[in-house]
Amino acid sequence: MRFVKDRLGAFLLALMLVLAGSAAHAAGLDEALEHFLIDDFGEVETGIGKVAASGDSRAAMVLEALKEDRLHYSPEKKSVYIKDKAGKLFSAATGQAAEGDTPADLAAVDTNNRLRGVIDAAIGGLSLLAPSPARRYESAQAVFKSRDEGVLPALDAALAKETDTRIKRAMNEARAAVILYSEGASEAERIDAVAAIRVRGDQEAVNALAGLPADTPPAIKNAARDAIAGIHSQLAVWTAAQNAWYGISLGSVLLLAAIGLAITFGVMGVINMAHGEMVMLGAYVTYIVQDLIRQHNPALFDYSLLMAVPLAFLVAGAIGILIEQGIIRFLYGRPLETLLATWGLSLVLQQAVRTAFGPTNKEVGNPSWMSGAFEVGHLTITYNRLWIVVFTLVVFVALLGLLRFTRLGLEMRAVTQNRSMAASMGIRTARVDALTFGLGSGIAGIAGVALSQIDNVSPNLGQSYIIDSFMVVVFGGVGNLWGTLVGAFTLGIANKFLEPYAGAVLAKIAILVIIILFIQKRPRGLFALKGRAVEA
Amino acid sequence: MAGHPLLRMLDRGALIFLAVLGVIAVLVPFLNLAFPPSSALHVPTYLVALFGKYLCYALLALSIDLIWGYCGILSLGHGAFFALGGYAMGMYLMRQIGTRGVYAHPELPDFMVFLNWPELPVFWYGFQHFPYALLMIVLVPGALAFVFGWFAFRSRVTGVYLSIITQAMTYALLLAFFRNDFGFGGNNGLTDFKDILGFNVQAQGTRAALFFVSCVALALGFLVCRALVTSKFGKVLVAVRDAEPRTRFLGYRAESYKLFVFTLSACMAGVAGALYVPQVGIINPSEFSPANSIEAVIWVAVGGRGTLIGPVIGALLVNYGKTTFTSGALAPYWLFVLGSLFILVTLLLPRGIVGTWRHWRAQRSAQASADRAATAAAEPAPRPAE
Amino acid sequence: MRNSNPMTRRCLMASAGIAFGLAAMLPAQAQETIKVGILHSLSGTMAISETTLKDTMLFLIEEQNKKGGLLGKKLEAVVVDPASNWPLFAEKARELITKEKVSVVFGCWTSVSRKSVLPVFKELNSILFYPVQYEGEESERNVFYTGAAPNQQAIPAVDYLMTKQGGSVKRWVLAGTDYVYPRTTNKILEAYLKSKGVAQEDIMINYTPFGHSDWQTIVADIKKFGSAGKKTAIVSTINGDANVPFYKELGNQGVKASDIPSVAFSVGEEELAGIDTKPLLGHMAAWNYFQSVKSKANDEFIAKWKAFKKDPKKVTNDPMEAHVIGFAMWVKAVEKAKSTDPDKVIDALPGIEAPNLTGGVSKMLPNHHITKPVFIGEVRADGQFKVVWKTPGLVAGDAWSKNLDGSKDLIGDWVTKKCGNFNTKTNKCGGA
Repeated sequence: MRFVKDRLGAFLLALMLVLAGSAAHAAGLDEALEHFLIDDFGEVETGIGKVAASGDSRAAMVLEALKEDRLHYSPEKKSVYIKDKAGKLFSAATGQAAEGDTPADLAAVDTNNRLRGVIDAAIGGLSLLAPSPARRYESAQAVFKSRDEGVLPALDAALAKETDTRIKRAMNEARAAVILYSEGASEAERIDAVAAIRVRGDQEAVNALAGLPADTPPAIKNAARDAIAGIHSQLAVWTAAQNAWYGISLGSVLLLAAIGLAITFGVMGVINMAHGEMVMLGAYVTYIVQDLIRQHNPALFDYSLLMAVPLAFLVAGAIGILIEQGIIRFLYGRPLETLLATWGLSLVLQQAVRTAFGPTNKEVGNPSWMSGAFEVGHLTITYNRLWIVVFTLVVFVALLGLLRFTRLGLEMRAVTQNRSMAASMGIRTARVDALTFGLGSGIAGIAGVALSQIDNVSPNLGQSYIIDSFMVVVFGGVGNLWGTLVGAFTLGIANKFLEPYAGAVLAKIAILVIIILFIQKRPRGLFALKGRAVEA
Repeated sequence: MAGHPLLRMLDRGALIFLAVLGVIAVLVPFLNLAFPPSSALHVPTYLVALFGKYLCYALLALSIDLIWGYCGILSLGHGAFFALGGYAMGMYLMRQIGTRGVYAHPELPDFMVFLNWPELPVFWYGFQHFPYALLMIVLVPGALAFVFGWFAFRSRVTGVYLSIITQAMTYALLLAFFRNDFGFGGNNGLTDFKDILGFNVQAQGTRAALFFVSCVALALGFLVCRALVTSKFGKVLVAVRDAEPRTRFLGYRAESYKLFVFTLSACMAGVAGALYVPQVGIINPSEFSPANSIEAVIWVAVGGRGTLIGPVIGALLVNYGKTTFTSGALAPYWLFVLGSLFILVTLLLPRGIVGTWRHWRAQRSAQASADRAATAAAEPAPRPAE
Repeated sequence: MRNSNPMTRRCLMASAGIAFGLAAMLPAQAQETIKVGILHSLSGTMAISETTLKDTMLFLIEEQNKKGGLLGKKLEAVVVDPASNWPLFAEKARELITKEKVSVVFGCWTSVSRKSVLPVFKELNSILFYPVQYEGEESERNVFYTGAAPNQQAIPAVDYLMTKQGGSVKRWVLAGTDYVYPRTTNKILEAYLKSKGVAQEDIMINYTPFGHSDWQTIVADIKKFGSAGKKTAIVSTINGDANVPFYKELGNQGVKASDIPSVAFSVGEEELAGIDTKPLLGHMAAWNYFQSVKSKANDEFIAKWKAFKKDPKKVTNDPMEAHVIGFAMWVKAVEKAKSTDPDKVIDALPGIEAPNLTGGVSKMLPNHHITKPVFIGEVRADGQFKVVWKTPGLVAGDAWSKNLDGSKDLIGDWVTKKCGNFNTKTNKCGGA
């Protein structure tokens, strides 16, 4: 019975479509859906093409479902379903809720990478008139990539209606791309298209221009070649800017990892080899916070990092104070012994975390505001890197402020400059030491929160930063936060400008050698403390 | 007895140490070779290889003690010299493989054939000759230490800064040797050795001989260090350690003293590495890792820095601990043990085992002589039991 | 001179004491069980991958003992921790064989750890089962390679990418960590791609250090390389820890799997279990086993494994399956030889067949490699793989790559030729 009803409905639908005048799209959605009943990528691809061509108002929804693995089929019932996000089944053909029990042989319609590309292109053609501007922009980009000639009428219709200049430009570029690849278009039209794409000026444009088939008329090919050369020379300028940005971003990571060390090593003269493990603990705090949020209130996920920052600071800071009280207190004035004891501590902490949380990486996700990228000119700036740069600078300024304007900061500076004098002025130096160490460790902890966004969260996390952090502090000059800042950014930018020529490994070796040589020249770093403290 | 220079150099502890080492050097290979495995007196080859390895570590520890214990230079990159010596030996052993490599290339080691090196790189020339390899074992680490030290000591990079740049040095070498383009076999390093001086490296006799040679090298290293630290030169070293500016103001060129002893120590580490490679059967860049160098420093700290015997004992004990704690039920806890050892030794036993023992002895004898003076006994007191 | 007598005596006693101590450290063994050595790092950097394999072996041994053991004896696992330290691998291997007298060792992960223990296994004539995909170019009498050789992972992956469904890829980025496995694999792939008519300028090779975490420059380069109007794919031999930052950077810079897909050889379920899969969706991995493959044996294994670990979230992966196959083969070989004597077992092993978890039957070949199916999977949101392609049958592992000049004439054959590097041109054992 149901079958007949479905058929009838589909027939009526098809009839309506035909009557609506889309004679070119004679094939109905229903016929198109039949292709999804066969578990074969080629059939699915045909299906996608037919769904897109059906002109049915439900086509976009079917394709979205297919893209997100929500399109299911039952070979036995010969029907295709859409599963909504709550897991409820709807008939793909009618949009009605599926009747009866879930078919036993229900399976998702399989797609692969290539098919997802095909789906993207198809959706692009279908949603050029979507109400959301972001969707329309995406569609235009998808058409630019797919260069599907069949979309041209829809594109023209959309262009006529579009008011947003940015989207309009994207649509015009998409149109140019379609025409560039259209065999039917005249040579003049196609050369004009080259010029339009040339204005776009990014790598996608190069891609479109470079991919022309071999049998393209030479005039068009030459125009494309010239355009590519033009874009390349333009992009070369941006490459330098890109390298500088990468350097700043790497520098901010180095600074973040090193800044806590600059306090413990620079201000207190304590070599804390377990510094990296404090960073690691901060990252694990982030993991625990995210895990709790996932279990109890997933809606708060975007705020997880904001919650993790103070927690990581407190946890790492408290552990830092414990370490100071338990170990380092007894080793003041013996920096090399401190080095060994804290190295031992780092081994214990690593293995303890490995035992408690398991040796494998832990999942720490990026909140939505840390994902993706935006473009400034032809510079791609990823949000997570941008936020880390901002975060690092905030931490740096806060730390400077704390040292300069608070009571604790004053006492810390006093103890650094002259411990016995500070003690005789009534400063409880032991307490200041503990708090300073706690502060340094706490900052390492919040560095861990940031680094969890770009690196693995595993027991080995800290080790990979410890040597770099020491290099930054020693290079910048001990006892000077500004030195650490300049040191970190200098090393970061130098590394990123060397990398394209020397490769990642040689660049790193070169930086290490440069630091070794630099220390010979200025044994106390870039910004050396002057005066009596030096020989102490 | 006190007048003889040799005896002045070797106090009782040193003599006992050398005698024990000598007996072990003869007895262990003898028990290994002369008795069949079924005999109760047989020392298994497994243990000969294991302790041979420990002895190389002991020599490395000794070389660190020479500069740290007597000159205050804490090198966190001594593993680099050890590894360079090891690579020099490894290159010799690779060249000995000849056509027995898997690709049977007469000249190129397997990894070069495999990565299409057209010919042997220049820096591999000569390593087929044992004397040349021997020279390089000492020369390469020595030269690196000389250049590094020449820069560092002249610019008066001291203390923590020196430790950190030695670490940077070994880290840079680690990265460099990892690179396959560098021509030393990349991450896999050099392995699958066949012969040393015509003897099969895996044969029981060769292992016993290597064990013997390691003992001798350790004894020689000990003698050299001992001679150095008991001489006037050694006194200056200790002065540099305790008050470098003051020593300099007294007219000594502190940097030359440091440079000499640093270079010597690197050569010793190179020899240790060279003996280590044929016994372990592989040399690869992980020997350059800063963690290894720091671990070697803890052997010295456990045994007692500035005692020469202590580092040897420390290296043997810690490594024996490592062997024990990485087997059976204790398996995942080795890092806890090692880490705690670092903390406890620095906190509770800052003089190390030998240092504490000597300190305790000195205190007791001071106490005893004080008692003697107090009671003013006419008879000589009996020697304290040992 | 008065002092010398007691001192000499002391010395002698001390040295004799030490010597006897050395001798006494080897306890007499009573052979009532068959000992199986497990040589996987439980601490240090490699613990991340190897700990699971130790647990897998304990699980398999327990299962075998439930079935009544082997040759009427119980199996006993001997676990050691080589602590991610290569010389310690050699020491522990020696300890397992001579001190613990194990009959067989299952272990190692990295190539260098295998290279480090190789001389020990040869010298002491014991058996090692090595469960991880590796660079090939090796066939040793004492080692059985149950992981994939390059022709069982890398080449099928590239073949797939060249098909229409794979995206008809024309331009290739070979990105890897700078060590032997990626170097060799990429060399083999480069030769293979050129033999398929890919021009030099369409191949980009890039190496990074271990644990590389700043991928900004390299991803930008890949993007640039991928905008030459030809379909581009990344073949990744990037090692474990560096993968997460790599995929995050790809995702953030907007490189989607449908634009520039990547296929990885070192990213499996275990690695994905610990990371946010969002940036990886649609990227591919090539393995001989996926947890998501439906088969009776696999479902059963997964259920038992989760029960053994008492953790319903535990995943399974390819090297685990390799141990499952390797262990089953060893058990069969011991039963066939009616002995655990290494020589007899080594001779019995070639030709032994054992079912793999994906529904086929793997066979030990004369070159000590095994036959395996090859799957390409795309990463799903739940950290599992969706199989999009598989080889029609099982692929035999090549010890020596047919695509490299140095090794194309070599074969490993321990049955008839008794040689690991037999040259078929010169008809001689021993390379060229």
